[in-house]
Amino acid sequence: MSKTDCFHCGAECDSNPIILDEKPFCCNGCKTVYEILNQNDLSCYYDFEKSPGAIPEEIKSKYAYLDNDQIVKNLFDFIDDEISVITFYIPHIHCSSCIWVLENLNKLNGAIISGIVNFPKKEIRITFNNAKVSLRQVVELLSSIGYEPYISLEDSSLSKRKTDRSLIYKLGVAGFAFGNIMLLSFPEYFQSNEFWLERYKPLFRILIFIMSIPVVFYSANEYFISAYKGLRHKILNIDVPIALGISVLFLRSAVEIIFNLGQGYFDSLAGFVFFLLLGKIFQKQTYSFLSFERDYKSYFPIAVTKINRDQSEINISIYDIKEGDRLLIRNEELIPVDGILINGTAQIDYSFVTGESLPVSKKSGDKLFAGGKQLSGAIEMEVLQTVSQSYLTQLWSNDIFAKKEDKTIKTLTDSISKRFTIIVLLIALFAGIYWYFENAAMIANVVTAVLIVACPCALALSAPFALGNMLRIFGKQKFYLKNVTVIESLSKINTIIFDKTGTITTNKTNIFYEGIPLTENEKQYIRNVLRESNHPLSRMLYEYLEKSDKIEVSDFKETFGKGIYGRVDNFKIMLGSESYVKGSSSNNLQTSIFIKINDETKGKYIFENAYRNKITSIFNTLATTYKIGVLSGDNEGEKEHLSNMLPKETTLIFNQKPEDKLEYIDRQQKMGEAVLMIGDGLNDAGALAQSNVGIAVSENTNVFSPACDGIIDAESFNMLPKFIELSISTIRIVKISFVLSFLYNIIGMLFAVTGNLSPIVAAILMPISSISIVVFVTIATNFISKRK
Amino acid sequence: MNIVFFMIIVSLFVAIIFFILFLKSVKSGQYDDLYTPSVRMLFEDEFIEEKEDTKTEIKINQPNK
Repeated sequence: MSKTDCFHCGAECDSNPIILDEKPFCCNGCKTVYEILNQNDLSCYYDFEKSPGAIPEEIKSKYAYLDNDQIVKNLFDFIDDEISVITFYIPHIHCSSCIWVLENLNKLNGAIISGIVNFPKKEIRITFNNAKVSLRQVVELLSSIGYEPYISLEDSSLSKRKTDRSLIYKLGVAGFAFGNIMLLSFPEYFQSNEFWLERYKPLFRILIFIMSIPVVFYSANEYFISAYKGLRHKILNIDVPIALGISVLFLRSAVEIIFNLGQGYFDSLAGFVFFLLLGKIFQKQTYSFLSFERDYKSYFPIAVTKINRDQSEINISIYDIKEGDRLLIRNEELIPVDGILINGTAQIDYSFVTGESLPVSKKSGDKLFAGGKQLSGAIEMEVLQTVSQSYLTQLWSNDIFAKKEDKTIKTLTDSISKRFTIIVLLIALFAGIYWYFENAAMIANVVTAVLIVACPCALALSAPFALGNMLRIFGKQKFYLKNVTVIESLSKINTIIFDKTGTITTNKTNIFYEGIPLTENEKQYIRNVLRESNHPLSRMLYEYLEKSDKIEVSDFKETFGKGIYGRVDNFKIMLGSESYVKGSSSNNLQTSIFIKINDETKGKYIFENAYRNKITSIFNTLATTYKIGVLSGDNEGEKEHLSNMLPKETTLIFNQKPEDKLEYIDRQQKMGEAVLMIGDGLNDAGALAQSNVGIAVSENTNVFSPACDGIIDAESFNMLPKFIELSISTIRIVKISFVLSFLYNIIGMLFAVTGNLSPIVAAILMPISSISIVVFVTIATNFISKRK
Repeated sequence: MNIVFFMIIVSLFVAIIFFILFLKSVKSGQYDDLYTPSVRMLFEDEFIEEKEDTKTEIKINQPNK
């Protein structure tokens, strides 16, 4: 039987696809979206890409809170009596069909005036007539076509940041000035003693001077400010020699043209500032669809349903939750605060928060912690702590998140620049002394020339272009880093710590059977009994077993959290935990379902974490150079399996709470280790922040990942050793290019010290050194990344 | 040759006009999203069909907003 793919979302339809208009669909949801689009003349949606859709989520009362103006007022960009403007982040935006359908929302609901998509950021800005359609209806419309917006607490508390374009303006000014100054300088380069040239020289010089003023005082002002700050803290960072070079260039050139001594070096000045700013922009690569700054606020929802005394339900913002309130948590919703379960069966997935891989069953009276996701229907709970006092948010008030400021790493460039500046000043000093005795008139010439040519253009460009290029190469391989300094930090690590759940395991589970082999009939009976149960393990086993005929199950009984029982064809089937089925329990912590048929224990199905592909080889490669460890929030059930899979020297520690992980890393750091932490989920947030480099693994970059220095897509996880190696090689390339730039400096110094640094020499030397360094560094980084 | 004097001033003036236009266009936010317009322009113009007459449809070209 051939499998057909759903026309809407591309998933495999099982043996009974739903057919409409001769097209197959995997489910009613997809078929419905197709109908909606078709009826509204939007079937072009399918023309741009194949299967661009997503299965729409169940809506029902999920968005009831959007009717509450108080809760949503901060979400809007603009709102008045007629028009509302709001920006949504829609993770499913991924292709041109998405852009097309979202910009044509007007056809689905005439009250939506416009939608403008920002594809790199996966955002859409919707303008709608709020008299004719409500926010809730807009969101429900988006959900119904499969483009559900992601609305989290962060959206309602963030004040909108203004986009900072000043770097582009500065580059524009510098580029404008550079081009025009070069043009106007050309006549004097060729030093033809023509009459007309002598007449216009003053005009040209004045124009050049005027154009270079904004370059120095506007475009380059960041360098002066940074150099000043550095000097105040007694640090000689790279901006000090840059600022020194620019000011000497400007002053000497100004003096020269005012006193008619010469042409000045304004073209070198403008070119220099232009290249530097170009380097800054190049290394500022950001991934606008990701965020490296997420804290718990972007994980939590904005509002939750509260049950009043009279059993009516209202939606309140989660900040308004008070102790003693009763909340209704629906299927697949997050528990926002610590509380007690009152009503309903709770199966809670805490994997994101504590790292436990399997859902936890809770019964009435049990304590529930914030951050878990409810999996099996609706529950009622009573609140014990407000949001800010919940265990989870307490994690975030840990000092580690506050002291971000001091962690400015001393980059390679900065450490070189310190020595560089001192050496240059010494050379200038000695040259000055030498010429004082030889020919005192030359002192000013020589000293300023030395300072000018020492301007570390090439030095300052090596790192930005090398690291910036490598950042881009990583990004293409789905390894997204926050900024270029992370590459440097990566090259210096010596210990690597992994989280277990979600990081080295995938979200799939392997199931295999141990015990007396089961007949086909027996498996069929088991499957039928499983159908009656909603427990996550039951559902997993149900999917795993082969399709069976439906047989009536009688006497079905589920003992909550323990097991299930049913009679099929007069066979007594008992499935559950070891203590439920056998009466006794060994201390085996492996998750398993024991099978008992007609009082005979047949065996068990064992559920194992599915580990990522090639995890053994990844660990083996890394173990040769680094100290490795795995810290898990789960119990020790997997310990044996892990120690077989991983190299002997790997440290394995279980039952780690989030604070334990943070403290472990802190201890390692105090012993002098530089730690790379790889994790996912909120439970790793503290550890990720504490480590020297924190990388989050993401199955789906659309979904939340905690604050970190880099995000690696699960697909690229097996390239981790290669990425680390490349970081080290990149730093090596930067060092080589430093050597090259020193060569240029030495050549320039020879000219300067002998008093031969004419404007034309400077104007040639500067661009050549910059461009050759940039070309070298770019080619080198591309080369090493292709080779490995 | 005095014309050179005049020409330099004029050319600088034109250059400055372009520069101001550059600043204005960056400020208006045109360059914040460099990717989406490239996709947007590939969408076809809308056709308005006369719904009464389904047999012979009259298609009118209307530019996309």
